[in-house]
Amino acid sequence: MSRSLLQTLGFILLGVVAMIVVAPILLVVGTIVARGISAINWEFISSMPRGGMREGGILPAIVGTLLLTLGTALVAVPIGVGGAIYLSEYARDTRLTRAIRLAIVNLAGIPSIVYGLFGLGMFVLFLRFGTSILAGSLTLAIMTLPVIISTAEEALRAVPQDFRTVSASLGGSRWQAVQHIVLPQALPGIITGVILGLLRAAGETAPILFTVAAFYLPRLPSSPLDQTMALPYHLYVITTQVPGMPLSVQYGTAFVLLALVLSLNIVATVIRSHFRRRRQW
Amino acid sequence: MSGAASGGAARVSPPLRKSRTRAGEFAVEAFIRVLGFSTIGFVVLIFLFLLREGVPAFFEVPLNGFFSTRWYPTFKLFGTLPLILGSVLVTVASIAIALPLGVATAVFVREVAPRWAREVLKPVIEVLAGIPSVVLGFFGMTYVAPLVRELLGAPTGLTAFSGALLLAYMALPTIISVAEDALDSVPRSYRDAGLAMGATRWQTIWRVVVPAGRSGILTAVMLGMGRAIGETMAVMMVTGNAAVMPTSLAFLFKPVRTMTATIAAEMGEVARGSTHYHALFGIGIILFVLTFLINLAAAKAIFQKRRRGGLR
Repeated sequence: MSRSLLQTLGFILLGVVAMIVVAPILLVVGTIVARGISAINWEFISSMPRGGMREGGILPAIVGTLLLTLGTALVAVPIGVGGAIYLSEYARDTRLTRAIRLAIVNLAGIPSIVYGLFGLGMFVLFLRFGTSILAGSLTLAIMTLPVIISTAEEALRAVPQDFRTVSASLGGSRWQAVQHIVLPQALPGIITGVILGLLRAAGETAPILFTVAAFYLPRLPSSPLDQTMALPYHLYVITTQVPGMPLSVQYGTAFVLLALVLSLNIVATVIRSHFRRRRQW
Repeated sequence: MSGAASGGAARVSPPLRKSRTRAGEFAVEAFIRVLGFSTIGFVVLIFLFLLREGVPAFFEVPLNGFFSTRWYPTFKLFGTLPLILGSVLVTVASIAIALPLGVATAVFVREVAPRWAREVLKPVIEVLAGIPSVVLGFFGMTYVAPLVRELLGAPTGLTAFSGALLLAYMALPTIISVAEDALDSVPRSYRDAGLAMGATRWQTIWRVVVPAGRSGILTAVMLGMGRAIGETMAVMMVTGNAAVMPTSLAFLFKPVRTMTATIAAEMGEVARGSTHYHALFGIGIILFVLTFLINLAAAKAIFQKRRRGGLR
């Protein structure tokens, strides 16, 4: 066989493999959208579950997930962005800095269920927050930190060094440069990172299993110390724990969760590409 | 031209207001330093709390009992070996599937694909990274498991293989993006040299570029493995959760149970402070140490590369 024919066949094979990777993804999303969208109506997203969760809606799960995501953001964004500013603007390449980077890599690698155990041990039991939105948000926030720190640091580092030099030459302090120049310039990148981190938190089940999630709680939470239902856990419950659950409810719930996560994903992508195009450096 | 340039300059230099006080600035910087170091604190805290709740297990269950072959909490048997081997089986199988798919896709995206194909493939793979694991688990239960059952003629489709298949896809985004970086860091001159020697692009890719990027590809595999071994929901939903010793490869097509699934399934029902409770935290310690070592190895490779100027 001639070498060029071999090459053509090889390239075709690689293309086929790429299709094998991509096709199931489209199949999963396509199936859940197609079968889920018909289960969605106003009642489904705006009312309490009834009849052993087989009827009614999933409002408390939606609200629960939104509240958890908000709580996660309140904790993780300041710590994450602050940590990124330290790493990008202040830290020198010392042993300690390397320890921080190692800690970030390892935080990113800790299994989500281990975060669940940690949240149970520290927030639920030791700090006596009980199974609550507070305990769950804190657990999810620590899990989200590495994503936010890494992407925010990357965004900060992408701001040209000249900007800082010019600021210093005008008599600005290092913090002034960060506050007035570097941070505003890096903001779109940071926002993208924050959204990517939060959407991961919104879709996680394992960390909230023992820290927040209520099996069945048909009312809205009234304080951060309340338990709540949440979309990912609710999907797990109705697909594995409750017999005789109508498929339409399962697909509907999966669709709402997927739509929430993917729309955040799209928002992040749009922000990123929009500002990349507008950027002048 | 000059107008555009000065416009750009105006955008980057907002008026610098007089800063409050030097002391205020010092406080802000100290605070930021604390935030920077907080990540180390969190890793330590996580480990300490796992130890606090998990170490009693090693006193209540003799060590040879903890690493024995039977996990029957109702009979006070807490042998974690079937769970560890279950996790290993599913993880290794998933990497065996994901590695060839991931490397081939990375090569296709970086070296072969026309621009338009790349711009379709990348976002779709990013979507995969964003799909919650419980959604994939749901899809696995309703589509993958029945398919596996029919293909194998097995009594159930909830097998280690179904889990490995889902895990492979969950590890793919990580493997592809890290492998892509590895290929990207191979200097252009290597490719040019290969082509100049009369090799085809195909030969150059597989005999020059990929071997040159192999340490990065190894890192990709390790990160994918770390992801796979810690994955919980999807695995729990499709592997069948039978705590048996997977002693041969035939167990790939039978139900097994992983460490993560055991914690997730049983923690809700145990009494706090019981041996069972401590044993589940004990499994958490094993998972923490395992993923810590895997990520340490991967991080080391990445940091070394970066210092040598290999990765961008």
